[in-house]
Amino acid sequence: MLLSARKLCRSFGDNQVLFGVDLDLQAGEVHALLGENGAGKSTLVKILAGYLRPTSGEVFLDGKQQHYRSSGDAEADGVVMIHQELALAEQLSVEENIFLGRELRRGLFLDRRAMRERSRAALAELETHVDPRARVKDLSTSDQQMVEIAKAITRDVRVLIMDEPTATLTENEVKVLFELIARLRERGVAILYISHKLREIEQIADRVTVLRDGHLVDSGPMAGRSKEELARLMVGREINEMYPPRTQLPADTPVVLEARGFVVPGAVKQASFTLRRGEVLGFGGVVGAGRTALLEAVLGLRQKSAGQVLRNGQPVVLRHLRDAVHQRIAYLTEDRKNKGLVLNMDLRSNVTLLNLRAHCHPLIDRRREEQAFQQAIQRFDIRLSAAVRTAAELSGGNQQKLLLAKVMSIDPEIVIINEPTRGIDVGTKHQIYHFIHELTEAGCSVILISSEMGELIGLSHRVAVMCAGVLTGVLEGEHINEQEIIQYAAGIKGVGVDEQRHA
Amino acid sequence: MSSAMPNNQTTNNKTLTSKGFSVDLKTWGPFVALVVLALLGVLINPAFLGLDNLSNMLTRSAFIGIIAIGATFVITAGGLDLSVGSMAAFIAGVMIILMNSLVEQFGAGVTTVLFGVGASLLLGLCAGFINGVVTTKGKIEAFIVTLGTMGIYRSLVTYLADGGTLTLDWAVRDIYRPVYYGSFLGITIPVWVFFFVAIIGYILLNYTRFGRYCFAIGSNEKVAEYSAIHVDRIKTMTYMLQGVCVALATIIYVPRLGSASGATGVLWELEAIAAVIIGGTMLKGGHGRIWGTVVGAIMLTMIGNILNLTDAISNYLNGTVQGIIIIVAVYLQRASWRKAGP
Repeated sequence: MLLSARKLCRSFGDNQVLFGVDLDLQAGEVHALLGENGAGKSTLVKILAGYLRPTSGEVFLDGKQQHYRSSGDAEADGVVMIHQELALAEQLSVEENIFLGRELRRGLFLDRRAMRERSRAALAELETHVDPRARVKDLSTSDQQMVEIAKAITRDVRVLIMDEPTATLTENEVKVLFELIARLRERGVAILYISHKLREIEQIADRVTVLRDGHLVDSGPMAGRSKEELARLMVGREINEMYPPRTQLPADTPVVLEARGFVVPGAVKQASFTLRRGEVLGFGGVVGAGRTALLEAVLGLRQKSAGQVLRNGQPVVLRHLRDAVHQRIAYLTEDRKNKGLVLNMDLRSNVTLLNLRAHCHPLIDRRREEQAFQQAIQRFDIRLSAAVRTAAELSGGNQQKLLLAKVMSIDPEIVIINEPTRGIDVGTKHQIYHFIHELTEAGCSVILISSEMGELIGLSHRVAVMCAGVLTGVLEGEHINEQEIIQYAAGIKGVGVDEQRHA
Repeated sequence: MSSAMPNNQTTNNKTLTSKGFSVDLKTWGPFVALVVLALLGVLINPAFLGLDNLSNMLTRSAFIGIIAIGATFVITAGGLDLSVGSMAAFIAGVMIILMNSLVEQFGAGVTTVLFGVGASLLLGLCAGFINGVVTTKGKIEAFIVTLGTMGIYRSLVTYLADGGTLTLDWAVRDIYRPVYYGSFLGITIPVWVFFFVAIIGYILLNYTRFGRYCFAIGSNEKVAEYSAIHVDRIKTMTYMLQGVCVALATIIYVPRLGSASGATGVLWELEAIAAVIIGGTMLKGGHGRIWGTVVGAIMLTMIGNILNLTDAISNYLNGTVQGIIIIVAVYLQRASWRKAGP
């Protein structure tokens, strides 16, 4: 046994989040750690990696009890954790980040050449094109993730803990990551892998441990355990029907929104689409294909160099998100921590921020605001413990619901939803899918940007696919399947294929 | 829909109360410090509590206080205005020149003074607008922009005064005098102005959209933008509000000495920022408190006042004591932030 934990307990104040959890990691295995948000996964791995100390219980490495006082202690023993929220110094270069805090030196000075060589080797092993001299802030999220992983493998890693590593990766990058994980496993590295994506876990995990509400509910080999069974163990109840049925659309359903000839400098070369009443229009494509840029340009959040928006057939000018709000179009951003919620603000103010004028006459009516907030808690099933004061203190799933409450406060007719289920648990996902269904049943239209193929296929009436800034096609009916979407997303099929080939 | 966490529901009754206590200390910290300082003043010299002394102290704190209330908005929205001291000097200079030249036309009457007051407000508004627009549209850090305008206004007033001092016409001064020296219901006019500016500031910051948007922008500009807030417009408005506050402070300052020079209002910007910070507003934005700022401004004046009343510490050490108090105040606030954090 390489790393084992015995009877780990951990409390924050009076709030116990971990109850006597055992975990065993063997050299050369991929061990999946499953659980809903708030199940105690992050607390558990933070204890293993030295970020937190257990309230009681022991951690053993090679059979010897360890008392890590910092992550540095654990890293010195080869126990390395890659965070869900990337922890990179944005202004530094890739190589400087990889060796941050353990720079190679020659005498008094930095040995830049050696660091560059080793960085390059590590990045090459990941089969990524990232330049070691590039500044981290200029990289895409997925490239930044690769840098994090490169950082870990340049250490003599024995236990690698990965917290939701694929949340921001494209399908292809995920494949590369899995190959890398396989290689690390062959080298005898133990990998503890946290993910909400059961499909991934089925693919790579040798063993699996499930936590629920801070308790260990199951641990054992992956073989013989089905996805459905694991989902049930995580949630503690049956998950029936992941995707609700689609809303029926009559043939003469009117178009409520149309975008014509959009061009966004540096992101979108050509895109037009229509959205009908009560419809879910999916947007597929790889990260960086221009989906977010297109829709943010439609909303007036980004500069466009060409493009026209029609609302109910009438041309409208949306220069600022406020204009979109007036047209009763709401936008749920994919980046709830940096664009969605004011993390250090109280929950009530967050919910009412978008539609504050509804509570002003002319001064803010705190009581009305509080009422609106209480209604939002009810409607969106936000779980609050008494101690929560700011949005930062909520779990990921609850933050997403809070953001949803904020966005829905304008009572929109069109909701543009960007990656609604990134990094949230099965139960909350389920709630969000049903929420989308309720919206369309009520006559609202939804645009859904998602990198999860299952979501697009399971929820959309039509799927628009983008590739390298071009909207390559809109799939309907039985054409909505993984095969087709991938072909359009890769630019093999659809509009602009010839240009792509020549380029 | 997913299973509730039973142990989470019963959480934190104890933590809540202990947290509540530290929050209270955070809110009331500046007030507690003020009371402690006042007690110290009484112990050192009972004359401290004299009506004349208190009135004098509050009147003196009004200039910095009014400017600091404007600065509370700028800083809460994540900005900074270093130009306020020079702006006050420049506005005072222009006011004096204007009023002196209007004496011929309107005589030394109320009309002349009103023109001066109007010009002051207009100048303050424009100066704030320039700071705001250059910062937001030019995408230049507020520190740099206002460092620039600080130099500009300072040199302009020196130029207008030709390196010397601009003096207000004696006849106009007699009319204008009561604005600083007069009182109403036993309270001096500057203190009334300070009080009303504080009340308006409090309502603006806590009970209007503008105030709420300042908090949001100061916390995270990106989130504000994605909340359909006109970020540039609100930020520019904070600088304009700051300009108006500077103009108001100047209006009550000019009749005090009846003159302006290149040395007028030197270091006021730093005193204003100090008052804001002592009051518990975060310098990086996102959290602001008007009453804290009021208390901060009074405390700064009180330190000087107490040193005047005692021989134990030299008056020349005023800056040292102020400096120590600023650092200690912020340290205490940060310490309680840390405890209250997750």
